[in-house]
Amino acid sequence: MSFDWGIIIANWKFLILQGLMGFGAFGGGTLRLAIPALVLGFILGVIVGLCRLAHRPWIHYPAVLYVEFFRGVPLVMVIFWFWFLIPQMTGQRLPEYTVALTAFVVFEAAYLGEIVRAGIQSVPRGQVEAATAGGLSYRQMMVHVILPQAIRNMIPSLVTQFIVLFKDTSLASIIGMMDLTKAAQTVSQREIRPFEMYLFIAVVYWIFTYSMSRFSQWLEVKMSPERAPTRRAALRAATAEAPA
Amino acid sequence: MIQFRGVNKWFGPLHVLKDIDLHIAAGEVVVVCGPSGSGKSTLIRCINKLEPIQKGEIVVDGMPLNDPATDITKLRAEVGMVFQQFNLYPHMTARQNITLAPVKVRKQSREEAERLARDLLAKVGIPEKADDYPAQLSGGQQQRVAIARALAMQPKIMLFDEPTSALDPEMINEVLDVMVNLAREGMTMIVVTHEMGFAKKVSHRIIFMDEGRIVEEGAPHAFFANPKEERTRTFLSKILVH
Ligand SMILES: Nc1ncnc2c1ncn2[C@@H]1O[C@H](COP(=O)(O)OP(=O)(O)OP(=O)(O)O)[C@@H](O)[C@H]1O
Ligand SMILES: [Mg+2]
Repeated sequence: MSFDWGIIIANWKFLILQGLMGFGAFGGGTLRLAIPALVLGFILGVIVGLCRLAHRPWIHYPAVLYVEFFRGVPLVMVIFWFWFLIPQMTGQRLPEYTVALTAFVVFEAAYLGEIVRAGIQSVPRGQVEAATAGGLSYRQMMVHVILPQAIRNMIPSLVTQFIVLFKDTSLASIIGMMDLTKAAQTVSQREIRPFEMYLFIAVVYWIFTYSMSRFSQWLEVKMSPERAPTRRAALRAATAEAPA
Repeated sequence: MIQFRGVNKWFGPLHVLKDIDLHIAAGEVVVVCGPSGSGKSTLIRCINKLEPIQKGEIVVDGMPLNDPATDITKLRAEVGMVFQQFNLYPHMTARQNITLAPVKVRKQSREEAERLARDLLAKVGIPEKADDYPAQLSGGQQQRVAIARALAMQPKIMLFDEPTSALDPEMINEVLDVMVNLAREGMTMIVVTHEMGFAKKVSHRIIFMDEGRIVEEGAPHAFFANPKEERTRTFLSKILVH
């Protein structure tokens, strides 16, 4: 078996500019899909999470239904639905990109909503009481006391979910959206070089997801100034070592 | 300053406050004691409406709590609260903990709030801890920051819910000293505690609760010297051993 790595260089514009970034005649693009999907999915997720925590049943139960429904079905199926359903309902085809983005936002918001809910619930009840006793309004309490602590606790799960989302964007290729996977598939079929192509995109996906996980670790430390080692902790360690 | 009239409260089917009648004058220091689950925390949490009541009436500094026209934010600004578990905001320094409510609720200028925070930290004896995070402070220091945080709203009433129960023994006195000074300055205080030394030293009145009722109340020396109720005697014999 012989390899031809030149195939990557020869097709880099198509793979990177078109496939990864979405600049080109085909639209699509892995990053052009993943980034807005992540941002919009998170915003919708915060809304879903807050609704799940609401006490009013007509806000609470639709959010529960939403989460349980979309967590219970495969993503591929959701993508197919939007792909076949929207033309049937509206009478016109939407671009693959629009369909994929909609499907991802709707699907991911269910998972992200659960992460947001768990993050808010992870903040001890005493924090709500202290803020309430201090006279803060619900909004002030959320903004200054609860969400800063909640988001910090959410970072690891959020980033894990963002990584899953990033990799899942490769599923958009099944409805023909030109992302990194689809671009590699196209090149590989033309040149009959599947090994080189699929190894190459694996590396590209990995570089992005690994950077995300490193960023998450950095952010966790950065957002927890009070968890930095302290004089007192150092002192305590020193006294513990000293003979009694 | 504080009036309870025929107050009853339920948690679902559980009747936790039963026909409470209680009047507390301005400047009075009242200690509340009683066995676990007797409703002590619930009683003081009703005063700043952390808990709603189902029957009866509470009036705090002329503000009836069940009147929808009462401004709850104003009420909470007048009532400071200190918790057993401190409940400091862990992502903020001591100074930020203290200035948050004055700036956001009282709309004080930042300079004014910072000045007040500095004064209050000096008052509770830890002026050098302004920029430390709660995790960097000992339990006693955290509780003193929590007291400073409550005082920053310039309250007329201070509520304490077992402020020293979560502390190591050697830190209890540094917190009690701050409370003694506060009592001597004439603050109206309601203190849930089993620190009977504190009760004898500064309180004007002791209330003993059991099963949601006020069983007995009186001036500290009479309360300790000859409790009238059998239940009070049993309780006192248990806690005074320690
Ligand atoms: N949020 C709540 N929901 C349901 N029941 C509650 C709640 N808070 C307190 N209770 C119950 O109400 C009763 C009185 O509780 P409370 O906390 O006022 O007692 P306490 O005298 O402060 O006890 P402790 O000394 O243990 O702090 C207890 O039986 C308790 O289990
Ligand atoms: Mg209690």
